[in-house]
Amino acid sequence: SISSESDEEKTITATLFPGDGIGPEIAVSVKQIFEAVKAPIEWDEHYVGTKVDPRTGSFLTWESMESVRRNGIGLKGPMTTPIGKGFKSLNLTLRKELGLYANVRPCLSIPGYKTRYDNVDLVTIRENTEGEYSGLEHQVVRGVVESIKIITRQASLRVARYAFHYAQLHGRKRVSAIHKANIMKKTDGLFLECCREVAAEYPDIVYEEVIIDNCCMMLVKNPALFDVLVMPNLYGDIVSDLCAGLIGGLGLTPSGNIGDNGLALMEAVHGTAPDIAGKNMANPTALLLSSVMMLHHLKLSDHADRIHNAVLTTISEGKYLTSDLGGKSTTSDYTKALIDHL
Amino acid sequence: TYMPRPGDGAPRAVTLLPGDGIGPLVTGAAVQVMKAMHAPVYFEEYEVSGKMDKVPLEVMDSIRRNKVCLKGGLATPVGGGVSSLNVQLRKELDLFASLVHCFNLPGLKTRHDNVNIVVIRENTEGEYSGLEHEVVPGVVESLKVITKFCSERIAKYAFEYAYLNNRKTVTAVHKANIMKLADGLFLESCREVAKNYPGIKYNEVIVDNCCMQLVSKPQQFDVMVTPNLYGTLVANTAAGIAGGTGVMPGGNVGADHAIFEQGASAGNVGNERLVAGKTANPTALLLSSAMMLRHLQFPSFADRLEQAVMSVIAEGTYRTKDLGGTSSTQDVVDAVIDKLN
Ligand SMILES: Nc1ncnc2c1ncn2[C@@H]1O[C@H](COP(=O)(O)OP(=O)(O)OP(=O)(O)O)[C@@H](O)[C@H]1O
Ligand SMILES: Nc1ncnc2c1ncn2[C@@H]1O[C@H](COP(=O)(O)OP(=O)(O)OP(=O)(O)O)[C@@H](O)[C@H]1O
Ligand SMILES: [Mg+2]
Ligand SMILES: [Mg+2]
Repeated sequence: SISSESDEEKTITATLFPGDGIGPEIAVSVKQIFEAVKAPIEWDEHYVGTKVDPRTGSFLTWESMESVRRNGIGLKGPMTTPIGKGFKSLNLTLRKELGLYANVRPCLSIPGYKTRYDNVDLVTIRENTEGEYSGLEHQVVRGVVESIKIITRQASLRVARYAFHYAQLHGRKRVSAIHKANIMKKTDGLFLECCREVAAEYPDIVYEEVIIDNCCMMLVKNPALFDVLVMPNLYGDIVSDLCAGLIGGLGLTPSGNIGDNGLALMEAVHGTAPDIAGKNMANPTALLLSSVMMLHHLKLSDHADRIHNAVLTTISEGKYLTSDLGGKSTTSDYTKALIDHL
Repeated sequence: TYMPRPGDGAPRAVTLLPGDGIGPLVTGAAVQVMKAMHAPVYFEEYEVSGKMDKVPLEVMDSIRRNKVCLKGGLATPVGGGVSSLNVQLRKELDLFASLVHCFNLPGLKTRHDNVNIVVIRENTEGEYSGLEHEVVPGVVESLKVITKFCSERIAKYAFEYAYLNNRKTVTAVHKANIMKLADGLFLESCREVAKNYPGIKYNEVIVDNCCMQLVSKPQQFDVMVTPNLYGTLVANTAAGIAGGTGVMPGGNVGADHAIFEQGASAGNVGNERLVAGKTANPTALLLSSAMMLRHLQFPSFADRLEQAVMSVIAEGTYRTKDLGGTSSTQDVVDAVIDKLN
């Protein structure tokens, strides 16, 4: 199954990577809020190591990977990949080791936080393992290079299945496959073929296909036209960032990475923000909304909804906002306000 | 004023391809307006449809002879074996640069103000190479081809455009952090060309961040130069924030020929509702026709046409549905003709 089954009563162990920079501070905020709602989660905390673990080829240890594999669920703060040679980027390690094939980003306007778009409520689902990011490039002759985009039936079906599963789980009505099959008839054509096959298994969900250029135009004119979007790798990268822009940037955007057998690792989209690290200034919202995704994934919707509503009320009231949203509150004040709103 | 050479006022032949869907409506609008202003052009009209598998030879001959063409969209079939005629035209005539001008029209309220972006897109290679194959069942590959030759020539065009139009900045859009060789070569070419234009600022932006910046702070962009696929995404995003495909002019240009058409979503043929109700917005094609007049070196005709279109938009009485109005295509055309002085 794609989603982890769980029994509400049992305590679930989840891996937590507080990460670097502002990561530990915002992770504390999440832990406090989980305690306040009595979420049945026990954290198994793992930190990024200081030397390369030869078993993973990166600063993430084999034990950390095992923890996520065992628990099947995790939450991750931002991580810096130290500059240097001979090891893999942390995000790449996680994606490869854990087989994280889909990246999910819900984009929801936060009432009260004013942007130019106030009617966004959509989810982008991006294929994360192939496509234009195959890394296969070569020089044919001097001055001529080729880059290979790979689309496989297996990976396309897998991400399409997840998209429809997600739509059903979250009561969403429509899935749009985003493509450029008028130009890339075979590759994007195969992607569409797979989406259609899966769509046939979900008669209650409306399925449509939208060409990527038209999708970008429609998104900026009227984002309310979209519900769930499923895309190959590059289009997903571009469209998900565009959508984050619609609701006010990366600071408020959660995301989830989905692997086989229901494995899921949720993470904030933003980076480590070294400029404000350790100053009790960071906005924990993105990580918190990622933890809400995690609770939904575990089918703990009641806890998820309580936290989500508290975030929406606190931000729309506007009394306790962190400085990135134009307020003066510290991370801990904002967290306290959230707890009061639970 | 400028001092024309004797004979410069002689009418020029222009190939006209009304195309599919809303194409005949919007090109029809341009023909009417040109006629009303007695513009020194006459049209050689050909019926071409995206359903054909090839652009007819006589059409290619006409464009080759006239050097200039005005066209509506040609429907692109999704999937199937036929390739897009829009792409065929660009490749056959080597129209290597696509240009879309995305700007706020005075009086037309959109979510963003002061947008004035020109997207210049490489039009002949990249992801549109058409090289695709099935490796084994269930695994297909598509080749993106980037050459130094094409990258340099598009970069030169972009900088030259900026230089001649008093633009200050050229931004290259890429994904070289992932496609290190392909987009790397594109960037390298842009950097080299940039050195020859010391008066123009050059910078680079990664395509995903670019789209995020476009929807939050589009004013930071001026001229953008892009490989093929990113260009259509950037142009459509920029067009969307400034009012939609129905108003953005543009075209495709090569060393010898130019095709003027609706700027963003050039292959766009609208939907049945628009065709049946005759309510397509002619603004984009009228502004493209003005670009064409300027290209033919009839600057005052171009100015008059542009001013007439702009004042109709600014007054706001006659607007099509995509701009929140209820006017038909013909209502807008009549209003524009009325404004011609
Ligand atoms: N959660 C947050 N709360 C407050 N401000 C933030 C947050 N996330 C990002 N920012 C702000 O946005 C800026 C850029 O964000 P980002 O997280 O990408 O940092 P970065 O310096 O690029 O880190 P990294 O190198 O890890 O990507 C930060 O410098 C910070 O000021
Ligand atoms: N010149 C124009 N005037 C008015 N609308 C236009 C014009 N050009 C494009 N559009 C609109 O841009 C959108 C995208 O065009 P496309 O050809 O993909 O139509 P579509 O997807 O069938 O339209 P719809 O979503 O309305 O059913 C459509 O809504 C179309 O009506
Ligand atoms: Mg991205
Ligand atoms: Mg960063």
